[in-house]
Amino acid sequence: MTEQEWQQTLEQRHGTDLQSKFSSAHVAVCGLGGLGSNVAISLARAGVGTLLLIDFDSVDISNLHRQQYKTSQLGMYKTEAMIQTLSEITPYCNVRLYTGKLTKENLSLIADCNIICECFDHAEYKAMLVNSVSEYYPEKYIVAASGMSGLHSGNLIQTQKLGKRLYICGDGIHDVKDDGTLFAPRVMLCAAHQANTVLRILTGKFDA
Amino acid sequence: MVYINGKEKDAAGQSIAQYLTENGFDSKRVAVERNGDILPKSKYESTILHDGDQIEIVSFVGGG
Repeated sequence: MTEQEWQQTLEQRHGTDLQSKFSSAHVAVCGLGGLGSNVAISLARAGVGTLLLIDFDSVDISNLHRQQYKTSQLGMYKTEAMIQTLSEITPYCNVRLYTGKLTKENLSLIADCNIICECFDHAEYKAMLVNSVSEYYPEKYIVAASGMSGLHSGNLIQTQKLGKRLYICGDGIHDVKDDGTLFAPRVMLCAAHQANTVLRILTGKFDA
Repeated sequence: MVYINGKEKDAAGQSIAQYLTENGFDSKRVAVERNGDILPKSKYESTILHDGDQIEIVSFVGGG
């Protein structure tokens, strides 16, 4: 598959105008667990031009029940594993990696991105990222997630808009601390809300 | 009256920080929207709730 063939296919599916918006987008995926691994794959498939993937962790056997990694990738950094997977799906997505923790101190890593996906695990880090980006990069869109654990109804997963540029996907209630675990489909539902919201923002549809 | 998460609250005169503490919110886990804008965390102490304010408080839960 050549780059031209892939671009033509995307343009046939999405239309030239829409595809040019996707191609010129630069989206950060902060955290590559159950949410981020699914968000990254969806956005790459949709033809988003540039992805910045951020995670400090390595692929562990306990990740395989819900995260988009394979046994052959055990022990690899999630950033390296995900770029390998994405290059097999679509080698023409420009993927940048940062293997480390994203904090308030190195937030400038995301300075070039238009849209920031918060795909962290811990509630405090989620709030830290959302509040820091809102304060220091108020022009950026943030697509966060809160509440996708357990086997509760999938219909509870929604997208809420807060302020002018913050979207929060999830049921807002169910904490992994209470439910004990996460299941692939419900996490994927939430990740799908996030990826869908990113594409909607790129299309100029700003309601939740 | 202040409108917080869709409900009328008699909270005018309190700071956001006071309201969060007195109502059991963990300020490390929240994002606060005040009259259509995300309120920076550094302003929770100095921002006083006024009658008619529309406040939305989202408390993040873990999992990802």
